[in-house]
Amino acid sequence: MKPKVAVVKNTGCAGCQMEFLRLVDEYALHVIGTVDITYFVMGKRENSEGPWDVTFIEGSISTPRELNELKDFRTKTKTLVALGDCASTGCIPSILNWTPPNVSRQVYQDFQAIHSKKESFQRIFPLHEYVPVDVHLRGCPPHKDTMLTVIQAAIMDVKPYLRQHPVCVECKLKENVCILVSEKRSCMGPVTNAGCGAICPTVNRVCEGCYGPMSDANASSLAKTFREDCELSDDEIVRKFRKYAGATPAFAKEAGPRYE
Amino acid sequence: MSRKTNINVGYIARVEGQGELDIRVEDGVVRHARFAVFEPPKFYESWLVGRSCSELHELTSRICGICPIPHQITALRSVEDAEGIEVSDQTRDLRKLLMYSNHIMSHTLSVYILSAPDFLGYESIIPMVGKHLDLIKRALKMKKTGNDISELIGGRAVHPVSAIVKGFTSIPTEAELEATKRRLQEIKNDAYETIKLTSQLPFPDFERDCEHLAISDPKEYALNEGKLNSNRGFMVDEKEYRNYVSEGQLDYSWTKISTVKGRDSFLSGPLARVNLNFKQLTDETKKAAEEAGFKPPCYNPFKSIIARALEIYNAITDSIAIIDRLKPDPNDAVIEESFTKRAGEGFAITEAPRGLLYHNYKMDEKGIVQKADIVTPTAHNARNIERDLETLLPEVKGLPLEEATLKCEMLVRSYDPCISCSVHVTRIDGKDNRVILRRRLC
Repeated sequence: MKPKVAVVKNTGCAGCQMEFLRLVDEYALHVIGTVDITYFVMGKRENSEGPWDVTFIEGSISTPRELNELKDFRTKTKTLVALGDCASTGCIPSILNWTPPNVSRQVYQDFQAIHSKKESFQRIFPLHEYVPVDVHLRGCPPHKDTMLTVIQAAIMDVKPYLRQHPVCVECKLKENVCILVSEKRSCMGPVTNAGCGAICPTVNRVCEGCYGPMSDANASSLAKTFREDCELSDDEIVRKFRKYAGATPAFAKEAGPRYE
Repeated sequence: MSRKTNINVGYIARVEGQGELDIRVEDGVVRHARFAVFEPPKFYESWLVGRSCSELHELTSRICGICPIPHQITALRSVEDAEGIEVSDQTRDLRKLLMYSNHIMSHTLSVYILSAPDFLGYESIIPMVGKHLDLIKRALKMKKTGNDISELIGGRAVHPVSAIVKGFTSIPTEAELEATKRRLQEIKNDAYETIKLTSQLPFPDFERDCEHLAISDPKEYALNEGKLNSNRGFMVDEKEYRNYVSEGQLDYSWTKISTVKGRDSFLSGPLARVNLNFKQLTDETKKAAEEAGFKPPCYNPFKSIIARALEIYNAITDSIAIIDRLKPDPNDAVIEESFTKRAGEGFAITEAPRGLLYHNYKMDEKGIVQKADIVTPTAHNARNIERDLETLLPEVKGLPLEEATLKCEMLVRSYDPCISCSVHVTRIDGKDNRVILRRRLC
C-alpha cells in the first residue's frame, strides 16, 4: 500500500505548494509511483476524505473555517507537517498581529457586511498554537529537498533529519565572506535556521531571516550588533525581527508587543 | 435544466486558493451567479503602512506564490517612481527575462496541469500518466525551464531574492545566459506543439464581447511597463489608473471587484494582452498564431488557453532575443539601501500571467510607507468571471447538471484565477459602491 498524502492550504500564498510542485517536476514519476496524493485541491478535482499518512499543511490559521478543517486533518493524519513559515511561524502575514484591529477594518469599506458572513479572526497564528504538529518545515518557501526528506522519513517511519543550525554554517561551506563582520551589513544569518543554502549572502544580499529562528537563537545579541556595529535605528531593528517570525518566542522581545 | 437549478462547487479545484461557485437558476432566469472567495484576507495594505520602501517587494512577494515575480517588479517600479530612481537598461532587460520566466512557468502550469485534464476527460494530471505521458513530460520540462531561469536571475524560483530597488544584487554571467539560451531553444518546439494542441481543443461555442484592458508599449510586448490600454478607447499613463478603474465590495466574498468607471467589468490577462498587443508579439509568434488559425480579436474566454500558449512561445523567442543583445556587466550590480530616501508617491502597473497588477505607495521623507493601494489580477477579473457565467448559463441549460457544472468550472479555470492574490485588494476610502448582482436573463 502506497502511503497516502494530502496537501492542504490555509492562509498563505501557495508558494509552498509551488515548491512542492517543483519537487514533482523533478521526480514526477517517482513521486506518483511511491505515494498516493489523495487530497490536493490546487492540483486535483477528486479529493478524498482521508485518512492520510502524511499531510502537508501550508498557511497559517486565521478563520474559524480553517481551524475546524485543521482539527479534522489532525484527527485523520499520522504525520502532520507544517509546510513552510506561515504554518510554522506565521511568516510575513503575521505582521498583521501588530496592527490595531480598527486599522485592518478600514481596509474593507464595509467590514461588517463581510464579517457577518465569513468570519476572520483578524489575527494570524501558526498551526501548533491549535493542534500538535509532528514536523515543522521551515522556509519561505522550504526547499523542495527538505520535503523529500520528510516523505522519505515518513515512509521509513523514522524522524526526518532537518537542520537546526544557523545559515552561517551554510555560508561557511560556500566560502562566502561574512558580510556582517567584514562589511557591517545587517545580516539575519546568525539567528536564522539553515536549509536554504545561504542563497541571499551568496548573491551579495543580507539574509532576511525567511527560515525563522534557529534552535536556541540569541536574538538580543544580534539586535545589539545591529544597533552598535551596523548603526540601525530601533525602528529598523524591530522591522527586521517583526517580519517572518515575529510571532515566535525566540524573536518576541525584539519584535515588540503585539495587539491581543 | 429543471425549474430550479443550483450549481454549487464548495471549493473550486485546480485553481490557486480557496473559492466557491454558487449559481442559482429559477424558471430560466439566473437569480445569481457568484464566484465567492472564502480565502481569508490578510489585510496587506493596513500593515504595509509603517514598513520601509526598500522591503516592499519582499513583503508583497508573499501575496502570491505563483506570481511573486510580478509582485516584486511592480513594487520595485512603484518605489522607484516615488523615490526618483532610474534603472539601467541591463536591469530592465534582466527584469523582462525574469518576468518572462514567470510567465513560462505559470502558463505551463495553467495549460497542462490545471486546465488540460478538463478537455481530456481526467480529474487531474496524475491519472494521465498512463495515456499521456508525453504531454506530462513536455509540461514538466517547460515548467522546470521557467523555474530554473527565475532561479538563475532571481536567486530563487519561488520568492526570488536578488531583485531589489535600483537593480540586481548579482548579475548572471555570459556563460550562464548562453546556457539559458540553449535551454530555451530546447523547449521552443514544445511550446510550438502546445499552441497546436491548445488550438485544436473542443472549445464551447461561446463569445461575450466585453471590454479588454492591458498595458501596451509600441516598441515591445508590454509586461513590466506600459500605458493602460482599453479596446473601448483609452490609452493612459499608469498614474491615471484610479481615474479609470474603480473598486467595489460584495457581501458574499472576500475579494473586491473592479469595473471601468461609468462602464462595466472588464477582462485582463493573456487573451486581452494578445488581442491588444498582437503587433508587438515576435514575428515567429505571429506566424505560429496564423498557422494555428488564431486571429485577434477573440472574445471566447475559453480560448485564453490558446493565448497562454502563444505567450509561452513569445516569451521563449523574445527571451532569446534579449539574451542575444545582452552583454552582462557585473559592475551594474547594486547593494541594498544604496539610495537616498525622500517623500513621494509612486505608481506601477505590470502584467502578471493572469492579468493586470497595480501597486501604488506613498512614502514619507524617511521612505516609510504612509499609504498602500494594491489591486491584483484576480480582483480585476472577479466581476468579469461572474458576467461570463451569467451569459454562459443559458447556453449550458440543456446539459446534465454534472456537465454544466464542469463547464462553469472550466470557465473559471480559463481565467487561471489566483485567489490568494485577490484578497488583499483593498483601499481605504469611505464610499460604499457595492454592486447589485441580480440580473435577468433570457
